[in-house]
Amino acid sequence: MIISSWFVVRRELSQHKRTILGIGSFVLPLMVWFMVSYVPFVWHPMMQISKPGGVDYFQVGMLVEKNVFAEELANMQSTSKPIPEGKPANPIYLPAPDDVAKALYTGFITPPEQKDGQWLHESLWHSIQIIFWGFFISSIIGVPLGILCGTYSFISRLNEPFVEFFRYLPAPAFGALAVAILGIYDGPKIAIIVIGTLFQQILIIANTTRKLDYALIEAGMTLGASRFKLLFRVILPGISPDLYRDQRILLGWAWTYLIIAELIGTTSGITWFITQQARYQHFDRVYAAIIIIGILGLGGDLILAALGKKLFRWDRPANKE
Amino acid sequence: MTIKSLPSYLEQSTEVKNRFTRMKSREVILEVKDLCKNYKTEKGDVVALKNINFKTHRREFVCVIGPSGCGKSTLIRTLAGLEPHTSGEVLLDEKPVNGPGRDRGMVFQGYTLFPWLTVKKNIMFGLEMNNISTTEAEKEAILWLELIGLEKFSNAYPHELSGGMKQRVAIARALVNQPRILLMDEPFGALDAQSRAKMQTHLLEIWRNIDITILFITHDLDEAIFLADRILVLKAHPGEVQELIEVPVPRPRHISQFNSPEFLATKARLEELIHPSEPEKEPEQEKSIKPHMIRFVNVNDNVE
Repeated sequence: MIISSWFVVRRELSQHKRTILGIGSFVLPLMVWFMVSYVPFVWHPMMQISKPGGVDYFQVGMLVEKNVFAEELANMQSTSKPIPEGKPANPIYLPAPDDVAKALYTGFITPPEQKDGQWLHESLWHSIQIIFWGFFISSIIGVPLGILCGTYSFISRLNEPFVEFFRYLPAPAFGALAVAILGIYDGPKIAIIVIGTLFQQILIIANTTRKLDYALIEAGMTLGASRFKLLFRVILPGISPDLYRDQRILLGWAWTYLIIAELIGTTSGITWFITQQARYQHFDRVYAAIIIIGILGLGGDLILAALGKKLFRWDRPANKE
Repeated sequence: MTIKSLPSYLEQSTEVKNRFTRMKSREVILEVKDLCKNYKTEKGDVVALKNINFKTHRREFVCVIGPSGCGKSTLIRTLAGLEPHTSGEVLLDEKPVNGPGRDRGMVFQGYTLFPWLTVKKNIMFGLEMNNISTTEAEKEAILWLELIGLEKFSNAYPHELSGGMKQRVAIARALVNQPRILLMDEPFGALDAQSRAKMQTHLLEIWRNIDITILFITHDLDEAIFLADRILVLKAHPGEVQELIEVPVPRPRHISQFNSPEFLATKARLEELIHPSEPEKEPEQEKSIKPHMIRFVNVNDNVE
């Protein structure tokens, strides 16, 4: 009974169970990370030197591979020099959760290593602005064009074949071109996000517009709505909840283009922070920055979802996520 | 109680006869002349409607009935202007119909209330589309809400209403525009028997009190006889008018008339027209279905 109540085919679980599972979805990967980090016999392919012993190139705190350590240990034992000591450790690119947790905090209070560098929060703010403008410009073009494509076959036939072609072109491929046209600062970065988002946006929104029940449009026509009013008083409000959901998905899409976009021209924003920290081998801060991107993305989406529920109360609960 | 003991459906009491005379003396609202509609499909042209002719007078209640595939829906959609016709004419107040317009209200079978608008705003929609001020439209909408008995639901959204309530709102939404004719495409088809009966009575009440002509499509014979002054019987493949029956059941109508001789006679005639005694050509596919029943239960285990 206990097991079977969790595995009912295509039926939603109780709120209580959903909460548990939702937390569990985060706890599970975290547990893997904890295991790998804190249980010495799980993975740990390196040795961290605590005493160099007779090995002349060993230093305290240095990470060496286990087989190298074993070799040197055997060497020292055979030549009866003082033996090196150390404990199992993970490679430098896999910091332990507590290091990353600390870095999440210290990242914000540590001044930048370079004089003209940016603090973590400044980098983040810069990235958020890039995303905002990229998504905003894409939406200004993509939303109206998508709705028009979904409404008028003429516009759809004239546009969509080209859009279908263009969406297969990888946005980063336009990096060099964007720099040549827009310079090396924010311009090309925003352009890459626009290119990466816009073409999908047109197609997705056109499709959403087409899915509106045609009977509603017919009802509007028999009530005397002109073509212009049909668009603004029937189609637009009719698709608004789905349009809003599409925009949320597309915003996530825009986020995924962020890092590549920021590498173009002069590296900036959170990407600059990540590459800088990686250069100094502060991998705990790299992870912290990546986690912050995730938190910002998911957090933003949750806020938008809650707002959507408020905005579209009339939408049937069955359609709600 | 054989069919023969029933009077002819053509027999009318003086009262009913007088009603029809009065009705026919009223002006013609809708005139359909030689209406034809062909569809182009991959298999060639399909004739959906062929030479349809009829006239509807002001404040007449016409039901359209016929077997499935007779083009009932095509007919009403053509009248609404939602589909073009191939040849012939549809005249409303002697003016030809081109495309949809507010002079022909329509109630659909599926619930087509705008889900993003409250009940009141749904009713106001048509008025606002025709540039009537919001305050004026609101006044009208409140009046109609009272008329259909849903004033308590004025701020509810359509998904909070039952099927019957939704159709009440749909009727009000169409009528608030003061159309010349109300076209109804199986409006109660999706309702359960009880709310359907309620809605039929309600519709007759509205019709009695408002200057409106109604063209109502149904496949339910009882519904057609209960509601209509005249019943337009169509036949399938191609959709043609078979007969225009004048319903001899006196008004005001009441459920008790379902077993009156006039009612049964009309129903018998409709049955005859729609389900002829000799089997109609069935589609090939359905002819090939031949169930072969095997007994799975004990011989003594009888249910009948």
